Amino acid sequence: MDLGPHAGFIWASYGLCLLTVLGLIAWVRIDKAQQEKALKDLAARGIARARSAGEGKADS
Amino acid sequence: MAIWDYANPTRFLKLVQVVLPWLIGLCVITFAAGLYMSFFVAPEDYQQGDTVRIMYIHVPAAWLSMMCYSIMALSSLGTLVWKHPLADVSAKSAAPIGAAFTFMALVTGSLWGKPMWGTYWVWDARLTSVLVLFIMYLGLMTLWRTMEDPIKAGKAAAVLTLVGALNLPIIKFSVDWWNTLHQPASVIRMDGPTIHPDILWPLLVMALGFTLLFFVLHLMAMRNEILRRRVRALRLRAASAAQPGTAAATAQPAE
Repeated sequence: MDLGPHAGFIWASYGLCLLTVLGLIAWVRIDKAQQEKALKDLAARGIARARSAGEGKADS
Repeated sequence: MAIWDYANPTRFLKLVQVVLPWLIGLCVITFAAGLYMSFFVAPEDYQQGDTVRIMYIHVPAAWLSMMCYSIMALSSLGTLVWKHPLADVSAKSAAPIGAAFTFMALVTGSLWGKPMWGTYWVWDARLTSVLVLFIMYLGLMTLWRTMEDPIKAGKAAAVLTLVGALNLPIIKFSVDWWNTLHQPASVIRMDGPTIHPDILWPLLVMALGFTLLFFVLHLMAMRNEILRRRVRALRLRAASAAQPGTAAATAQPAE
């Protein structure tokens, strides 16, 4: 694909956006894994929410 | 089922579980179509040449940077006025995503500016106000991190977010109010878009892709924040049980 004399600027723009989006995806996935691990560790110590299947009713 | 029913975090998490796979699928398809149109369907611009292809990511990123802040401002109203349990979860989760979109808009604009304007940066009103938006995002993220109690942090951040929302009309109308190097609006105008449909359609499809990406990431980040508050509440409960007599842990609305 020939993108002309400014191809470097075009590829740099798309590449940087791709990296930023990948960074965001990695952030949410790693964060989710960390929180789930923390909840699992707490549950293993017998510390769990009163209504773990708590579902429907007000939940604070 | 009313929107208020989703104030319940458990119910909200269930909704996210159902909606997320569909949103992700739609987002991937839209991006595939948008990128195909951007590189293989859209013609070169008669003045910009192929550099116009940067606009297919720059413009949606800039729109999303403002939309994200608007959602944060609405969420902040939800925190301060209606005390909606998920409002500050929404605002906090949106900030890093908004910062990322603003970063993309600034950098791609800069990379477009060098070959087209002859410079990476000028201190004109549009560029400067978007830079201020980026700094606002970073400031809000810092504020949330500096305060231990998420409820207090949420209220302080909500006030700051609403003050910062004054920047949104400045960004939008900066190109009309001041003499800027940045071009005026060419899509969202009272008299309709001034862009040829061959270039407009890829732009709109990419904008839809960016919007879907924002909602996917926002829902995922909100889910993480709810889990984080559950972890915090459980740790506080465990600590107060281990040390009877100390202040009981305060339950957070979005646990």
